[in-house]
Amino acid sequence: MPEPTIPDSAIHAYGDRALLVECASTDEVLALARALRETPPHGVVDIVPGARTVLVKLDNPADQAGVRARVAGIGLPGTAASPDTDRPDVTIDVVYDGDDLPDLAGLLGMGVGDIVAAHTGTIWRVGFGGFAPGFAYLVGGDSRLTVPRRSEPRTRVPAGSVALAGEFSGIYPRDSPGGWQLIGRTDAVLWDLRRPQPALLTTGMRVQFRAVGTP
Amino acid sequence: MIILEVLRPGPLALVQDLGRPGLAHLGVSHSGAADRRSHALANRLVANPEDCATIEITLGGFRARLQGGAAAIAVTGAHAQPTLDGIPFGLNSIQCVTPGQVISVRAPVTGLRSYLGIRGGIAVPAVLGSRSYDILSAIGPRPLRTGDTVPIGSPGGIFPEIDQAPVAPVATIGDEPVELRVFPGPRVGWLADPDSLVNTPWLISERSDRVGVRLAGPPLRLRWPQRQLPSEGTTRGAIQVPPNGRPVILGPDHPVTGGYPVVGVLADSDTDTLAQVRPGRTARLVKLDW
Repeated sequence: MPEPTIPDSAIHAYGDRALLVECASTDEVLALARALRETPPHGVVDIVPGARTVLVKLDNPADQAGVRARVAGIGLPGTAASPDTDRPDVTIDVVYDGDDLPDLAGLLGMGVGDIVAAHTGTIWRVGFGGFAPGFAYLVGGDSRLTVPRRSEPRTRVPAGSVALAGEFSGIYPRDSPGGWQLIGRTDAVLWDLRRPQPALLTTGMRVQFRAVGTP
Repeated sequence: MIILEVLRPGPLALVQDLGRPGLAHLGVSHSGAADRRSHALANRLVANPEDCATIEITLGGFRARLQGGAAAIAVTGAHAQPTLDGIPFGLNSIQCVTPGQVISVRAPVTGLRSYLGIRGGIAVPAVLGSRSYDILSAIGPRPLRTGDTVPIGSPGGIFPEIDQAPVAPVATIGDEPVELRVFPGPRVGWLADPDSLVNTPWLISERSDRVGVRLAGPPLRLRWPQRQLPSEGTTRGAIQVPPNGRPVILGPDHPVTGGYPVVGVLADSDTDTLAQVRPGRTARLVKLDW
């Protein structure tokens, strides 16, 4: 089977210094972001994966046509085959005692133990970033864990809070306001500028949650 | 060592350079000078490379004393009245400052942001490759405060050659609406009436900063108010429409991804113009390539 490629019709101008590429799936987003990062076309200054898109930022408006031609037809190896899912890049130890767990159990019709089992039962992947430095939108979890955001966001969510919203899971890198549903907490440091690689989780990584301790 | 002692920062004085491109995958935004044109001019006047850090002064009120040596400086950007020991000097000109002299940048008559360039550049430690302060992520050197002492770097081997740059003032003089050219955004189809974006005179809201400039006016109607957009990457100049219909033009410290539809994107060079438009002024968006 030929490897999937990006059709020209999926590439949209985004002002005069960026192109937005629509992808069919998260796997395609990750494959395209990886392909562009490994061999960046001339003039590309940043590659921003989203949930279903990759934004390609350019140095100069004059680069738009050339980069568009390079992105169109780019091969996406690895999206046709299922990724190697049995080995995580990072394991995150979590105490599952989040304030929203009881409400979520009611909402989802699952026991708290079932939610924990579902959250730890699959390997998540880092889809894209945003919200704050070091924050990772984790995708590919158990589909039963799809939940709405809280109707009333909290004014302060502590750093290390493990949370759910939509189809995503995430970990708050620092104390901040937040509207995600809190299910637990971790001591893992998601963002530390003193490290050579400040972000613990970067696009494409596989993440395994592991339940520890009992509240 | 030459240092600059901040006597009064004014409403907001930030160290800025050309920002942190290439780190969006870590959740780190580009940041950098809001008006890159004026930042670059301040550096060029004092023969610095364009990536040297300057001080971005919002609405003046800034005073600082040079210590430890002499240095060439230039003030660019908003139509402010800079002074040296109380004696006015020209915008976009080069001044030689001797130790102990006090540089002041008063509130501008028009425009919003002044750039103070110093030969050798502001040499605070870089964070992730840049000396820019990102107000959304709080990365980089924090806003300047009274009493801060800021080191000045060693100048390169090139020397200033002109006294004053013949540049047009920032495009914000007069009462006419400021015109900003806009390309259709990837989600322009989400607007019930795409022309409403360009046919409306927009008031620049007081609730504007380096993260985004809010536009006040009749709310834009979205075709599907309940529809959610999966988060996607954003740039400075992107015009997002939240469910309340009041557009926001993203600035240099914008979040790296966002979940509101981007219905238009400013021509990149016009984002520098926007950085000089004060709250209370009117802006008109002009179609480009629709």
